[in-house]
Amino acid sequence: MIRYTLKRFLSLCISLAVASLLIFFVIEIAPGDPASFMLGINAQPDTVAALRAELGLDVPKFERYLAWAQGMLTGDFGMSYTYRTPVSQMVADRLWVSLPLALFALALSTLIALPAGIYAAARRGKTGDVAVMSATQLGVAIPNFWFAMMLVLIFAIKLRWFAGGGFAGWNKGLGAVIWSLTLPAISLALPQAAILARVMRSALLDVMNEDFMRTARAKGLTTTQTLWKHGLRNALIPVLTIIGLQFSFLLAGGIIIEQVFYLPGLGRLVFQAISARDLIVVESVVMLLVFAVIVVNFAVDLAYAAVDPRLRART
Amino acid sequence: MSLLNITNLSLSINGTKILQDVSLSINTGEIVAVTGESGSGKSLTALATMGLLPEGSQTTGTITFEDQNLLTTSEADLCRIRGKYIGMVFQEPMTALNPVQTVGAQVAETILIHGAMSKSDAIAHATDVLTRVGLPQDRYPLSRYPHELSGGQRQRVVIAMAIALRPKLLIADEPTTALDVTTQAQILDLLKDLAHDYDMGLLMITHDLAVVANMADKIVVMRLGEVVEQGETKSLLTNMQHDYTKMLFAASGHQVNLPDFRASDVLLNVKNVVRDYTTPRKTVFGSKGVFRALNGISFDIKRGERLGLVGESGCGKSTLTRAIMGLEGVQGGEITLDGAPVFTGRKPNLAVRRKMQVVFQDPFGSFNPRQKVVRLITEPFHLLETPPTHEERQRLINQTLTAVGLDPSDADKYIHQFSGGQRQRIAIARALIIQPDLIVFDEAVSALDVSVRAQILDLLADLSAKYNLTYLFISHDLNVVRTITDRVLVMQHGEIVEQGETEQVFTAPNHPYTQELIAAAPVLPDLQQMKG
Repeated sequence: MIRYTLKRFLSLCISLAVASLLIFFVIEIAPGDPASFMLGINAQPDTVAALRAELGLDVPKFERYLAWAQGMLTGDFGMSYTYRTPVSQMVADRLWVSLPLALFALALSTLIALPAGIYAAARRGKTGDVAVMSATQLGVAIPNFWFAMMLVLIFAIKLRWFAGGGFAGWNKGLGAVIWSLTLPAISLALPQAAILARVMRSALLDVMNEDFMRTARAKGLTTTQTLWKHGLRNALIPVLTIIGLQFSFLLAGGIIIEQVFYLPGLGRLVFQAISARDLIVVESVVMLLVFAVIVVNFAVDLAYAAVDPRLRART
Repeated sequence: MSLLNITNLSLSINGTKILQDVSLSINTGEIVAVTGESGSGKSLTALATMGLLPEGSQTTGTITFEDQNLLTTSEADLCRIRGKYIGMVFQEPMTALNPVQTVGAQVAETILIHGAMSKSDAIAHATDVLTRVGLPQDRYPLSRYPHELSGGQRQRVVIAMAIALRPKLLIADEPTTALDVTTQAQILDLLKDLAHDYDMGLLMITHDLAVVANMADKIVVMRLGEVVEQGETKSLLTNMQHDYTKMLFAASGHQVNLPDFRASDVLLNVKNVVRDYTTPRKTVFGSKGVFRALNGISFDIKRGERLGLVGESGCGKSTLTRAIMGLEGVQGGEITLDGAPVFTGRKPNLAVRRKMQVVFQDPFGSFNPRQKVVRLITEPFHLLETPPTHEERQRLINQTLTAVGLDPSDADKYIHQFSGGQRQRIAIARALIIQPDLIVFDEAVSALDVSVRAQILDLLADLSAKYNLTYLFISHDLNVVRTITDRVLVMQHGEIVEQGETEQVFTAPNHPYTQELIAAAPVLPDLQQMKG
């Protein structure tokens, strides 16, 4: 197990290094010089040159990469070209919105999906299964921005149970945060839950056809006991994979929902930074997201090994 | 009063009739074997007794177990009976255990779900039971996972789970079919001893008459969902009434008329072949290990010779096949066909490759289901520099299909329209069509029913006479190898431990391993001797 963890950790470090190189140079290749963009089309060449020097754009690319990577490691993400504030501060502010939102949505999606999937698998072909499957079909098909607007209409405007938009801020307390994040989290969670429930169901159905499930029945376990004691853990591998992917998606992919609910999240930050050629912000946020994805994958790998002893042995 | 009494059991699944008026009974301490070919309904009879029939099953008749009709017993009551009073052992030990639970937990579970003992007692008892089935704690701790055990060891765990609560009846569904012969002999002995020690009824389901002839008290012969004949083992075998029983017995010990082999020149030469596989590092900074799968293998196949290769799983048979076919390079030695190497540089030598063909074990998995037979059997033409066209091609297709006992019109059918035996004929046709110098049969008859197997063996003998075939016949079934080959190699741990004329090796084996193999192989009893 220690060997497996070390091996996974080593691969995590390599992935991070490769990703940082890719992100930095791909964004550098993108057209548009931040300095001339900031000064507008009528700027004098020497003004532009001065600004380039001030922003540190005149040093060779590779040195800039090293400085940037080193800064990333120490928490210094540099200064935003457009806002002239530390990027780390901007990102941290946004992260305090996006991270709880993603976790909230993921928790909701998992809490809805796993029971629904297990229930559908246990009642395969019966009314309960058909109902759950139709619901997930709908969940996948409905665009989440439309669903978000419906939620706002009903729960924010009509019933006034939750906030219809904006972020209360952490200084108002946990209750206020939940009040403003509930509707966005539900809109994000719904399609994810629909996908996850289907994965859970089909993984469990696959396992139910395995020989060892029949062996368990021959020992005297009831169908329900067999499902819980022998089926579930074996079905978890594909489910964990999807949960890992969904977290990464929820962290950055919520931009539409952030727009609908006026949430100052990471998605909006990247969007604005790209439009303003604020490359350093883009690089930092993208790197942060990559970091999150890789760390989540690492966690998922460890979870695999916890679930399946064969993986511990193989590597 | 019998322990188990099945009376006029009929079963249909979703309207299809599966079993028809099956009746049989087992007494305490008695071993009853149910035998028959695939589709005879023997496994479903067992599952009906366990109350584990698939959905959509409808039954009539009675299955009485100690005065209780299991067919009308509620599911909740059946759960209390299963595992406690009736235990079951399955065919495939590799998949019958939960891969994510330790074997100790799985054995203890049988005890715990029936509330027989406290948790600590259950674990202590699981330890005892595992020791009883031959897995003592000092060598096989309870904390082992199934993947850390061999097939035979896993089957012992499955048996331990089934007998943990000393059931009155043990049902074993082909318990040794997936195992090597020496392991098979050990497991059969274990089952026999357990039935005797625990005074259990043992219902043994098997397709192999030879396996049960020496251990069963009674034999029940089934065909197509019906019992055709049953009786006490000795009287049934010495006085077979039904034609099917006679046919089954004859087919099990079927001998073919192999044409004589005339001495000739060497076709395939295997010289000092070594094949190493690297194994993963044991520690993070340790060096990679080496597993030697083939260690200095040398032998010849002469033109027109039929060579057998026997050995247990993991002995290197498949590795040797891949090396001969030129699919993988070797780390030492040389393999040549007609003097030309089978593997050059980093890929198979095509000039040699087209002189060899292979027939695999699984008649169901080795064909593309979306291609017609004509396309399947003409596939080897790709190997030729100038594939035959038009009339010549058609002539070869017709000729080959006829040669393997099929009709030229079968060329336009799809593979699902054929039975297992017919598919294996198609596989042989695919190998024959380019008239290769050497054919490798890799367990080619192992998945077939005995009657079909006898037909395929006859076909091979016929083809040998007609085409002067040269082949390497790989099998774990010693009886088959004995009749279908001229010479035999015995492999163990990547080495050839004995080789010689087949009859010679079988009647007077020299190497202890060969002796062990031959002693372990189940044989049909000599009927004359039985009568006498």
